[in-house]
Amino acid sequence: MVEQLSAISYQLSGKKAKKINLPLIKKEVLKLKVGDVVLINGLIVTGRDKIHKFLASEKLSKKEILFDLNGAILYHCGPVVKEVSGEYKVIAAGPTTSIRVEIYEHKIISNYGIKGIMGKGGMGEHTLKAMKEKGCVYFHAIGGAAAYLADRIKRVAGVWKLEEFGMTEAMWLLEVEDFPAIVTMDAHGKSLHKEIEKRSYSNLKKLL
Amino acid sequence: MLKLRDGIVELYRKVATSLPPDVEDALKAAYASEKKGSNAKQALEVILENIRLARDTARPICQDTGVPVFYVKTPIGLSQLELENTIIEATRLATEKIPLRPNAVDIITEKNSGDNTGLGFPVIYISETLSSTLTIDLMLKGGGCENIGQIYKLPVEELKADRDLDGVKKCILDCVHKAQGKGCPPYTLGIGIGAAKDQVTKLAKQQLMRRLSDVNESELLFKLEKKLLHDINSLGIGPLGFGGKNTALGVKIGINHRHPASYFIDISVSCWANRRGRLIW
Repeated sequence: MVEQLSAISYQLSGKKAKKINLPLIKKEVLKLKVGDVVLINGLIVTGRDKIHKFLASEKLSKKEILFDLNGAILYHCGPVVKEVSGEYKVIAAGPTTSIRVEIYEHKIISNYGIKGIMGKGGMGEHTLKAMKEKGCVYFHAIGGAAAYLADRIKRVAGVWKLEEFGMTEAMWLLEVEDFPAIVTMDAHGKSLHKEIEKRSYSNLKKLL
Repeated sequence: MLKLRDGIVELYRKVATSLPPDVEDALKAAYASEKKGSNAKQALEVILENIRLARDTARPICQDTGVPVFYVKTPIGLSQLELENTIIEATRLATEKIPLRPNAVDIITEKNSGDNTGLGFPVIYISETLSSTLTIDLMLKGGGCENIGQIYKLPVEELKADRDLDGVKKCILDCVHKAQGKGCPPYTLGIGIGAAKDQVTKLAKQQLMRRLSDVNESELLFKLEKKLLHDINSLGIGPLGFGGKNTALGVKIGINHRHPASYFIDISVSCWANRRGRLIW
């Protein structure tokens, strides 16, 4: 039923979603533009405040990281995960606010070959610049839609730093199917957040 | 107290997995008003579907099940200490049973307590009343929207905000503009105005417990709330910051008397998932 509703969803909104298969390659990344609705398929990794601080400060070699981050999407998310008879099940998994990791993200994009950042609320100039230099995009997931998005996660394929950072802050490797998001910052230096900020500022000026 | 404990666990479940009808209705109205084919409409559609799904499967609406904030009104003579212990026990149980995301992190060790309890966690306010019933209100306050809250001290030169209600209005608009889409709009805004910093912050958050449809006792403030809602929605930030007509669902203002020298305004912002509920015992 969820699948059906999702199909209706995209019909209603009148926008065609682009299917994305992971890992991402630069050529595909460059085709994505601000405003594109996408459905993501494949393996993504989660990471929030602690993972970002760790990856940005330590400069790890590939061998030291449990998962291959090359061409990966790094999802800003601290999920609710339940262990049921030895297997992890994701109960709720919406995005967290991305701007908190703005000070780290450009280093992570530059050092680890990540081609997609996913979160909510958008990011700033440092990240936008790194995205343009390295070929990376920002996918805006639907904030708060945690049950809906958890249903798009088919499997927990692994977890790293669970003991050290805890459930919320660990890096989860998740297999997603038709995970919906909207491109709001692209690899060509365009940002929907910048545009909305500018437009709303001119509206604010009229009110002050 | 055992029965009460289980009652509080159920209150947690209700608040984490379903939205109050007034909030859901406001989101439906927002959906109807956004342009066909827009990112805003699409986002609201997923949000509405998520609300239905969470309720039907008894799962949290948002993975951030927040900081639990309790507002408790007790009849005279009920032990406050016992009540607090019962709430803490219920919090541990609810975290495991629903489940809630453990959100209480120790400042010194950086360790998560794992059960949503810790120093000042959950937040509990208790006051005694003449009524014979015990009323427990619970809000689950997400971190993303908590982070975009602001406190202002009038006057504010760069906003040309004087020490009056027009100045208050300017600060609120500035706060929403600065927030953009970072805290999951459409927002509900709780405003507290008064003399003491700690007091206005508490007052602001308490406003988020009011129904969207309720009417401010002061006609002037009621008009100001309506005007502010209109002005905020004219900023064009829109659902999740995608642009659009719906940046806020409601504005609620609470006031205290102020000191002649002080004019504080605290703005507490809720994301679209303004999760609140009541248990009457």
